[in-house]
Amino acid sequence: MNLSAIDPVLLIASLMVAATPIILAAIGELVVEKSGVLNLGVEGMMITGAICGFGVAVESGSPVLGFALAAIGGAVLAMLFGLLTQVLLSNQVATGLALTLFGLGISALIGQSYRGISPPATTRLDMGPLSDLPVIGRILFSHDWMVYFALALVAVVWAFLKFTRGGLILRAVGENHEAAHALGYKVVRIRLMAIAFGGACAGLGGAYISLVRVPQWTDGMTAGAGWIALAIVVFASWRAGRVLLGAYLFGGITVLQLNLQAAGVPVPVEVLSMSPYLITIAVLVLMTSGRRGNSAPAMLGRLFHASS
Amino acid sequence: MNDTGPLLAIDGVTKAYPGVVANDNVSFTIHPGKIHALLGENGAGKSTLVKMIYGLVRPDSGAMLMHGAPFAPASPSAARTAGVAMVFQHFSLFDALDVAENISLGMEHPPPRRTLAERIREVSEAYGLPLDPTRRVGDLSAGERQRIEIVRCLLQDPKLLIMDEPTSVLTPQEVEILFRTLRQLAAEGTSILYISHKLEEIRTLCDGATILRLGRVVAECIPAERSAGDLAEMMVGQTLKAPEHAGGSAGEVVLSVTGLSLDPTHAFGTRLRDVSFQVRAGEVLGIGGVAGNGQDELLAALSGETLAPIGAITVNGRDIGTSGPTARREIGVLTAPEERLGHAAAPDMSLTENAMLTGYQRKGLAKNGFLDWRRARSFAEEIIKTYDVRTPGPGKAARALSGGNLQKFVIGREILQEPLVLAVNQPTWGVDASAAAAIRQALLDLAGRGAAVVVISQDLDELMEISDRFSALNEGRLSPSRPTHDLSVEDIGLMLGGAHDMEVAHVSG
Repeated sequence: MNLSAIDPVLLIASLMVAATPIILAAIGELVVEKSGVLNLGVEGMMITGAICGFGVAVESGSPVLGFALAAIGGAVLAMLFGLLTQVLLSNQVATGLALTLFGLGISALIGQSYRGISPPATTRLDMGPLSDLPVIGRILFSHDWMVYFALALVAVVWAFLKFTRGGLILRAVGENHEAAHALGYKVVRIRLMAIAFGGACAGLGGAYISLVRVPQWTDGMTAGAGWIALAIVVFASWRAGRVLLGAYLFGGITVLQLNLQAAGVPVPVEVLSMSPYLITIAVLVLMTSGRRGNSAPAMLGRLFHASS
Repeated sequence: MNDTGPLLAIDGVTKAYPGVVANDNVSFTIHPGKIHALLGENGAGKSTLVKMIYGLVRPDSGAMLMHGAPFAPASPSAARTAGVAMVFQHFSLFDALDVAENISLGMEHPPPRRTLAERIREVSEAYGLPLDPTRRVGDLSAGERQRIEIVRCLLQDPKLLIMDEPTSVLTPQEVEILFRTLRQLAAEGTSILYISHKLEEIRTLCDGATILRLGRVVAECIPAERSAGDLAEMMVGQTLKAPEHAGGSAGEVVLSVTGLSLDPTHAFGTRLRDVSFQVRAGEVLGIGGVAGNGQDELLAALSGETLAPIGAITVNGRDIGTSGPTARREIGVLTAPEERLGHAAAPDMSLTENAMLTGYQRKGLAKNGFLDWRRARSFAEEIIKTYDVRTPGPGKAARALSGGNLQKFVIGREILQEPLVLAVNQPTWGVDASAAAAIRQALLDLAGRGAAVVVISQDLDELMEISDRFSALNEGRLSPSRPTHDLSVEDIGLMLGGAHDMEVAHVSG
């Protein structure tokens, strides 16, 4: 066992990379759930985004184009969910689960010819002298642009929900769709937009796994990241800041347990592998327990059909 | 006002839904500064008409004119721009948002939050409707919630204010203050379209009335010149019999509740505090109160959905507080909760199945653990026949029945099991007048046969009509009961907790 091989600076730096896919998927799902829709298909949209992004990046040689197509791919799959649940009024839980199975299947089909290929590298953002700072530079200012994009997205979503009229309307729809309808807001349209946004974010998160974090294509490579994103949204009490915290916690423990495995800590590998899932959920549950009343959007998962 | 023409003229408006004509060639006019009543039973077409004026529904034919110009709002926002504002009966507030956010959502061009909060304070003071813009709506009382809706409308300087059943959740004192506000608004030139089925209110408040029945205008009148009885006849189309007491004298105490205190079971629930009352055989106890003061919790405690401490609830001296609903049904304690769909009845199950659900013990609908569907069906048919439930048959899903018919079924189901104690919550809520009269008569007949009956209701007229004694629930506390025959409306208002904090504000305003 050699714990001294673990470099804390490198650990924290890679934590930010490990957390990015979860942040992207979770912040998208946060917006969807705030509008009152429960989309359990995050895993399916992520893996679809992963293969769309991977394929396009390999064919075109441009990771940026890959990410763009990943977002579109995720959004298209999400719109399938939107059509089924918002227009055809199917059950959201069942449809979301089906979406995950569908996404896993279709991504494996598309991905058959992409096994064992390396994607073009995503560029690191050059921050000049900032990146050269000791410790801080390594941790904060030496990542690829998607890491910063994800952080910015969290800030934008937070500000959108808190300060803008659009955000207020979105929350209102998720809180009481009958009332929002009576006041003249287009409930279904607003929810479809939120679902598309959630799908695009999940797609980006998936592509980040296949293009940066791993980077290669294997079937089912998102490995439950979508489910963790869903859990983080719930245990973060639908708050953007806590989603970030939960994602970093998960990413951090993932990286740490990999390092511990490498260092040969005398703990079964299986226990180490499950530790990120257990600890993240335990911490978030502890943070939200003991407070009365949960802050779940009141209409979460409920069907809306305009009666007039 | 120098404009003497009508503010809004509705001319021959028709709107049909599949299977029902909601409005059939409806015409009326509202003049500036007048309070006009739209009177009718549930299903008379009032809501559809109002939704057309507010842009939520479009008429199939006919025209609406505002200040003589064609008026056909395509959306609520177009109607708001044209000067129409609406206070909804329900469905329009967001519990998890604060007062200012709620108001902002109902405005076309809301000012920035700080300015909005200031204007909310100004308007609410000018009209004696105190409101704190930063409070969460979920924590407010029904009266306060309604103030939000009214202030939201007033902030837009409406020319026409539509009020849909505004008093159903208010205490008599709160109603009086609301009426003062409305008269003040009318004096300033705002027209008010006032929708209600409460006749006395319309007689005291409104300058004119249009009466709707089954989608048609059946009469126009000046309500102050008519008696409440006349208005009721025009509204219902038949003479209503007041329910008759069977006149049996009260017997032994059957149901006794002593010092019952219970924590709420959910976040916005009410704590029951030291509730005590007794009901004798053959007696009807009426429990009044504004919604959300512990009615649901009290009924749950009586039904056995919430268990009570030992000794808190006894029937004929026997403790039942610790037994669940099934055990209570066995000894004859039956209940009918307020929410018909999903609580009193399972919406997607047939009437036969619903009859089975509460009747299987007392009606012997199960044998050796197997359900006897033939007997359940004949029990359902008996309910349908005895209580005049309008439905094609017991195979119909509960959801398919109208509110009044399902309510007759739900109450009838319990009454036909000949309970010792029957507790009902809001037995005639949303039920048309003739069905309501039938339900009240059935409850009185049951008491006449010697049962102890508890009626929890927000309709004070109903309680005055059928109960022998009256108690008020206020913030989970039950007042001592008083005989109904020597109670006045003012007394009841005070028992219900008066007007909360509204009176003071009006004195200064």
